[in-house]
Amino acid sequence: MDLQVLDFPGGKVAFTSKMQFISETSEKRVPCYRVLDDYGQQIEYDCSAQVNEELAVKMYTDMVTLQIMDAIFYEAQRQGRISFYLTSMGEEAINIASAAALTNDDIVLPQYREQGVLLWRGFTVQEFANQCFGNKVDYGKGRQMPIHYGSNKHNYFTVSSPIGTQLPQAVGAAYSLKMDKKSACVAAYFGDGGTSEGDFHAGLNFAAVMEAPVIFFCRNNGWAISTHTREQFRSDGIVVRGQAYGIRSIRVDGNDALAVYSAVREAREMAIKDQRPILIEALTYRVGHHSTSDDSTKYRSMDEIEYWKMSRNPVNRFRKWVERNMWWDDKREVELRNDIRNQVLRAIQTAEKCEKPPLSDLFRDVYDTLPSNLHEQESQLRETIKSYPKDYPLDVPV
Amino acid sequence: MATTAARRFGRRLVPSVSRRRFSSSAAGDALQRTQNHPSLNLCSAINQALHIALDTDPRSYVFGEDVSFGGVFRCTLGLADQFGKARVFNTPLCEQGIVGFGIGLAAMGNRAVAEIQFADYIFPAFDQIVNEAAKFRYRSGNQFNCGGLTIRAPYGAVGHGGHYHSQSPEAFFCHVPGIKVVIPRSPSQAKGLLLSCIRDPNPIVFFEPKWLYRLAVEEVPEHDYMLPLSEAEVIREGVDITLVGWGAQLSIMEEACLDAEKDGISCELIDLKTLLPWDKETVEASVRKTGRLLISHEAPVTGGFGAEISASIVERCFLRLEAPVARICGLDTPFPLVFEPFYLPTKNKILDAIKSTVNY
Repeated sequence: MDLQVLDFPGGKVAFTSKMQFISETSEKRVPCYRVLDDYGQQIEYDCSAQVNEELAVKMYTDMVTLQIMDAIFYEAQRQGRISFYLTSMGEEAINIASAAALTNDDIVLPQYREQGVLLWRGFTVQEFANQCFGNKVDYGKGRQMPIHYGSNKHNYFTVSSPIGTQLPQAVGAAYSLKMDKKSACVAAYFGDGGTSEGDFHAGLNFAAVMEAPVIFFCRNNGWAISTHTREQFRSDGIVVRGQAYGIRSIRVDGNDALAVYSAVREAREMAIKDQRPILIEALTYRVGHHSTSDDSTKYRSMDEIEYWKMSRNPVNRFRKWVERNMWWDDKREVELRNDIRNQVLRAIQTAEKCEKPPLSDLFRDVYDTLPSNLHEQESQLRETIKSYPKDYPLDVPV
Repeated sequence: MATTAARRFGRRLVPSVSRRRFSSSAAGDALQRTQNHPSLNLCSAINQALHIALDTDPRSYVFGEDVSFGGVFRCTLGLADQFGKARVFNTPLCEQGIVGFGIGLAAMGNRAVAEIQFADYIFPAFDQIVNEAAKFRYRSGNQFNCGGLTIRAPYGAVGHGGHYHSQSPEAFFCHVPGIKVVIPRSPSQAKGLLLSCIRDPNPIVFFEPKWLYRLAVEEVPEHDYMLPLSEAEVIREGVDITLVGWGAQLSIMEEACLDAEKDGISCELIDLKTLLPWDKETVEASVRKTGRLLISHEAPVTGGFGAEISASIVERCFLRLEAPVARICGLDTPFPLVFEPFYLPTKNKILDAIKSTVNY
């Protein structure tokens, strides 16, 4: 029996006679993995997952599409055509590059600022517009606010507003993949604010204990609405939490598409091969307001926003790299932007003209079948509508 | 939230149960008239249902705190041995994690049977149940659902459970469109209803009357059977007054019915079984016959599910009612330890209310 070791239910721990508290910080902050410098110059890096021309152009195209879609949908809200919107400005690389590193068999549990992931998977601009207008071809049947996308055929779970609730759910979904011996993982996205939720703790701890193949992808964009990360936590960001849960983790430059791509590729390999969760913290910045209901100049400086918008723009940085490789030029840039712009404007017009879902959709899908109380309430409501048709919107077919 | 030590207290809750009967074979209960089934207590009936659920669907899972070794109430005994640690397993001590995990598992096409060790500890999971499970199908336009999720939780008084091992939180969940709430009254009911819940394509909260785990013993058919949800049952016929209840409270109400009978009052007793969505028609038909209604539950009277039943029946039967609807329920205090016998809606409280309602 080794008397220098305490053998307790949690394993063997060495004794020490030196009383030493572990410091609340490590000497050096965890470094941030990057591959492209600010000028789009590729730094020597060690990664088997190379991005070829076809992939790079698709990634760049989707980043631009996301940018333009966000800008025009945002304007549409300002014009009162849709009720709400939320952009991913500044986080285009995170959205597109992480999606590009996954396969379509991987299950995505989004927070709400990951529309680019769905775009990458083939959800069309028209489908985005349909959801934002809540028309009858919106898969969500007009029941949720704009940006609450979901698509079964794209393995993209429907967005819900509560923060962090998707994290323990991701573990359950990943456990199912594990039991089915699928060569796939779950990717769960969340922000820096979300890490303060109990569900963050629940999700990470369950994933570690259940050995579930899930990638926890944190978009640390500095702000949770108006709350700065300094008021959110005092740890060295999110990445250091991994070890406390027994989860392998990495910090990556979220505005470097190549770095995000390689990190997620590698995380996916490990998650599936080793059947374990991986935590990725991507450092980035929310260039846009939190949503159309927010004015972020009330709590942060214009200079700060401008710096991230211009000097650290992830789309520009990636473009420089793609251009250096001679895969892209100004002519294609102009064509692409015009094309996407027209596509988005057309999609908005089409979605706007489309009628709303029928009244019966108000009552369906609460349960798999309609219970008697809902039958009763539906007929009562229809009677009321007959008596007071002017009380109700005309664009909802009764 | 309780500490582990407080939870272990649960293991001692059961053997000391006494003085409490349960509402077993009732007139009209087909299950009970069939003879020669083995007698089981409610705990074993639950165990049998879980056994059948795991056996008949390879995509079914049972998990929760301390589930692996059999659970603090022994309801999951032997399941891990038979079906393996991958399908029957312990989870970390975290209710929101248990339910969230169950939602994700169910959303992938599995039957997820999650155990919350005591209903008193379900509240950390309230957000996952209310904002996630209940809206999963609706918010996705039926693209996704977590209908395979069943949350089991022991609820109710047990004689010495105090604040945190005694509560009846069903009313909170009856306010949530998208989930079902089911509470059985006896072993054979528990088995059939639990199997229905596990196989129902909607998320369900299934509260088990823990006082009856060991105490309630009756014949339980060994085969795989299911009892219908959202169907109440008249377990005792009568003409003077209708009594509505669920779970363990039915036995107390039955005793009151027997005593009332001695005074020449004929009581009709209804087991609601499913509280959401509930079977208004059966209760309405009974009240149309008797003209009087009494509802009884252990949970505090204010905002309890009895209020909903009362309002609904008054809406439907106003002119037929001969007396105000009576509610004999828990007091509007936290569930107390020493004062439990004062807090509870006991037989004589019910008997008095029956008499005053009939003589109104």
